[in-house]
Amino acid sequence: MIDNHILAPIFVQLFTAIAQLMFWRKTLTQRFLSVGGSIISLLVAIRLFSRVQSDGILTMNAANWDAPFGIVFVADTLSVTLVLLTSLAGVAVSIFSSVSLSRQRMLYGYFPIFHFLIMGLYGAFLTGDIFNLYVYFEVIIISSFVLMTLGGRKAQLEGAVKYMAMNILASMFFLTGIGILYGITGSLNMADLALKIQSVQNKTLVGITSCFFIIGFGIKSAVFPLYYWLPSSYHTPPSAVAATFGGLLTKVGIYAMIRVLSLIFIPDDFTKTLLMVIAVLTIVTGAFGALIKSNVRRLFSYLIVCHIGFMVGGIAMFTKVALMGTVFYLIHDIMVKTNMFLIAGLIRQLRGTLDMEKLGGLYRDYPKISLLVAIVLFSLVGIPPLSGFWPKIFLFQNAFSQQQYFFAGALLFGSFITLFVIAKMWSQVFWKNPPQEELIDDRFAPMPPYKKLLMVLPIAFLGAITLYIGLNAEAIVNVTDEISNQLIDNSSYIEAVLGDKTN
Amino acid sequence: MELLLVIVIGLLYSAGVYLILRRSMVKLLLGIMLLGNGTNILIFLLGKITKGTPPVINEAYKVFQDIYADPIPQALILTAIVISFALTSFAIVLLKRVYALVDSDDLDDLNTPEEEDL
Repeated sequence: MIDNHILAPIFVQLFTAIAQLMFWRKTLTQRFLSVGGSIISLLVAIRLFSRVQSDGILTMNAANWDAPFGIVFVADTLSVTLVLLTSLAGVAVSIFSSVSLSRQRMLYGYFPIFHFLIMGLYGAFLTGDIFNLYVYFEVIIISSFVLMTLGGRKAQLEGAVKYMAMNILASMFFLTGIGILYGITGSLNMADLALKIQSVQNKTLVGITSCFFIIGFGIKSAVFPLYYWLPSSYHTPPSAVAATFGGLLTKVGIYAMIRVLSLIFIPDDFTKTLLMVIAVLTIVTGAFGALIKSNVRRLFSYLIVCHIGFMVGGIAMFTKVALMGTVFYLIHDIMVKTNMFLIAGLIRQLRGTLDMEKLGGLYRDYPKISLLVAIVLFSLVGIPPLSGFWPKIFLFQNAFSQQQYFFAGALLFGSFITLFVIAKMWSQVFWKNPPQEELIDDRFAPMPPYKKLLMVLPIAFLGAITLYIGLNAEAIVNVTDEISNQLIDNSSYIEAVLGDKTN
Repeated sequence: MELLLVIVIGLLYSAGVYLILRRSMVKLLLGIMLLGNGTNILIFLLGKITKGTPPVINEAYKVFQDIYADPIPQALILTAIVISFALTSFAIVLLKRVYALVDSDDLDDLNTPEEEDL
């Protein structure tokens, strides 16, 4: 069904960013515009989501060029779910950054760039054209480079060099893959590619091309041999930026992997084994990394890597139940990881440091905030009935029925290590007495009450959504069920894009 | 023509990979640029090279009568060039700032022990 409203979220972010560029040095106006724009795009995303729920997959042909010749935008359930989650995270980060960021950073254009980044994310989720996906990836990475380096401290720039080099390399792999794919099929439309790739005789070439895509998306989503850039850069930017990165950027890689593997390169045995090995090693290395870190944000960075492995493992099994687990985990992960970096920012504001050795006594001084944080941490660990628990059930169940015992073991291992490091962090940061009381640099207490509220509100907002995901899991399971049906049987996607030209 | 382009692609890719594996930041940048150009030529080559047949329809006909040069790879390359131009210029500024701060061209020196972060 043709519907022009698909582009509305993208346009809302674009115009928000442009309006902010007009108020370049007026940071107060920019803050209001940012929160307002985020809320409007959240409303638009909710509308798009309910529309897709009622009408099925929507498409939009740019400049009315019929698919597969023009660029096409497609909103299926997976896309709109991710757009909705991005909007929720966007609202939270936008409110949080309007109180937590220094005015210096805002003067250098934090808010416009942030909205360009969210625009790129929406575009990547909604496009149905593989080259357009590449272009949106570039929009995302160029914005993230600027956000990463904004402020220009030494550690930030050093992290940014690694981040930049690896991400440009990932784009290069992706672009090479697109080039070869165009050479062997002559199409760029993903639905059309799904049909044309089947008639390609040279299966080896198709396999090699799929490796280019897997490497490109693998670097972006930080899987095992390619993740080193993530822990060495994510702890450097301000927490609001790290929240956007940690919650959303690696997940775009996972989204792109799901999309490309479900439509174009349906995983064969080799790809499944490859992804499974990658997934297990990602979980194990991420977990080991998290064990030894004493800085809260470095710990969280390694947990991101560890949990990416869960999702890749689900993709590797590529059955309906496994994909349900992956998508559910994706939904849970975006909310929780964004929130965790916001929490890190709050801890930093409360104590002036993120080193677990120097932290302590937060529960004594701020019991309400600590309880809020505890809910989020429990969700992350997956204490039933909170949100991290449900997707793991699907993944476990499927790992056993597919005899993937290594993955089941790694899943257990990763979950236990997560539990252990989070428990360790909880006791170090919240329970133990601070080692040196006189060194505490509390910047939270002197803040005016409305600022305190605005700082805790986004965390409570995302925490409430996490609780909703956990306690009302049936609704989420229904959505993931629909998504995985569309992914396993891609004919509905193809038919929505190409109409009845399929035969 | 094809053979020449294939050789050029191979040279660009191998030189790019070699330079990326070096320790110097400037060589890293040059390597990325060479890889980007190699990719562009690869897209150009895989779009099937046809000589002297522009994709323009003769007035008398409604559809193409002959094999014509595919315009899409050229549009793709143009987009990719513009994007890589932006990325490269950002990278140059970033590396210049890092060089000014660290005072070294060696990528192995980019490991300042954890300083207090924000």
